[in-house]
Amino acid sequence: MRTSTWIIQADHRIRSLTPFVTTFLMVLISALPWQIASFASITPAFTAISIYYWSIYQYLKLPYYSIFGLGMLLDLLTGIPLGLSALIYLLVRAVLNSQRTFFMGKPFWIVWAGFAVVMLGVSVFGWVVNSLYFSAFVAPLPFVFQCVLTILLYPVISFILSILNRNMLNKS
Amino acid sequence: MRSYRGRAVLTALPLKSVVQRSAFVLFVGAALTAMILSRVEVRLVDNVRGAISDTAAPILEFFSHPAASVASFVEDFDELLVVHEDNKLLKMQNAQLIKWKAVAENVVRENEDFRKRLQMVPDPDSRYVTARVIADSGGPFVRTILVNAGTANNVQKGQAAISAEGLIGRVVSTGSRSARILLLTDLNSRIPVVVEATREKAILAGNNTLYPKLEFVSSSAGINVGDHIVTSGEGGVFPSGLPVGLVTSVEDEASFVQVHANLDRLEFVTILDYILPGLLPNTIRAGRIGPLK
Repeated sequence: MRTSTWIIQADHRIRSLTPFVTTFLMVLISALPWQIASFASITPAFTAISIYYWSIYQYLKLPYYSIFGLGMLLDLLTGIPLGLSALIYLLVRAVLNSQRTFFMGKPFWIVWAGFAVVMLGVSVFGWVVNSLYFSAFVAPLPFVFQCVLTILLYPVISFILSILNRNMLNKS
Repeated sequence: MRSYRGRAVLTALPLKSVVQRSAFVLFVGAALTAMILSRVEVRLVDNVRGAISDTAAPILEFFSHPAASVASFVEDFDELLVVHEDNKLLKMQNAQLIKWKAVAENVVRENEDFRKRLQMVPDPDSRYVTARVIADSGGPFVRTILVNAGTANNVQKGQAAISAEGLIGRVVSTGSRSARILLLTDLNSRIPVVVEATREKAILAGNNTLYPKLEFVSSSAGINVGDHIVTSGEGGVFPSGLPVGLVTSVEDEASFVQVHANLDRLEFVTILDYILPGLLPNTIRAGRIGPLK
């Protein structure tokens, strides 16, 4: 009896790590060298998709400290100014804290449109802060491409995440 | 059960939002502090970066193999379609190259002979280490790559990194088993170069686009479209004469260069350990490239 409770608890703990683990994988995917022409500078913001998705559907399982840690890791691995991704993703999370109830239960295209707005904000904010950080006019075009590519990729990744959400988290 | 939970959440909500808000402020503060620190305390942040990269290097290395396999699979398929034409072209080139090889061997012999006669000072030692690319910039912010060789392999900050086609950038920070290379195209990259034909000196400045800019050119008259750009070796950190790129456009205010190396497709890079004799005292050099000859 006690063993089975222990197993159920452990199972629950491991399942509740899904949002963190998937976002961690997104960080790795972003950092990996894919050797595809022009891909490095416009690599979609996989991490942004994951954080957006989990901030709506499983926000308790991806708290601020996880987001901060993952953002810092992304900065450290990719050479982005340290703290920049962490700052951006904390803001994404804060925005969704106030809008989460709006998105809950809404049809997919509304959630997608919401992501497009958030991603646009992420790109503009990222570009401005990056330019200020280096005190230079940073080429804006790659930011535009990355933004568009990430928005287009959202349905695919959110579909995968929704399967994980259903099978790993909502079952128990 | 559900309504009870609903009520409990309602009561706990205000308290939770206070805690959450303070957590948010705390972490945003931490992120901002990190950004300021990375501007002010460059060395400290570099060390932290090095340590974290070292820890992550084995994981990234493990995953970079499948990433490279996916890329090469796509590439293989592409190449399969043109294999016949490629073969013909390669045979033709091979015949030409055999001829050039004979010429080159001849020139090398001749050069050696001339050097001996002139009693010229030999070129400085240049050792190298080849490393796998395990991470790239992953977005539009910077143009850097991470490689799986560090101070344990004699990789030092400032060294030149090259691919088979030419210069790709320089080492900006090192861990013991990993190093970050700032690519030529990055906003912060500045490389002393020279136009090969006219010996017109310039600084190649990255601008986060595919075409870095030639700065501090005394007169644009000395630069033409198609000119070869090579490193000038000024400052003594880089060897001179490393191929960099071709001039693609010459305008009144600026000229732009297309880099020889395919910076998108870097799988392995070579890092040169090059020290100009007399630039650094022997004590610093000792242990790195051995005693002076």
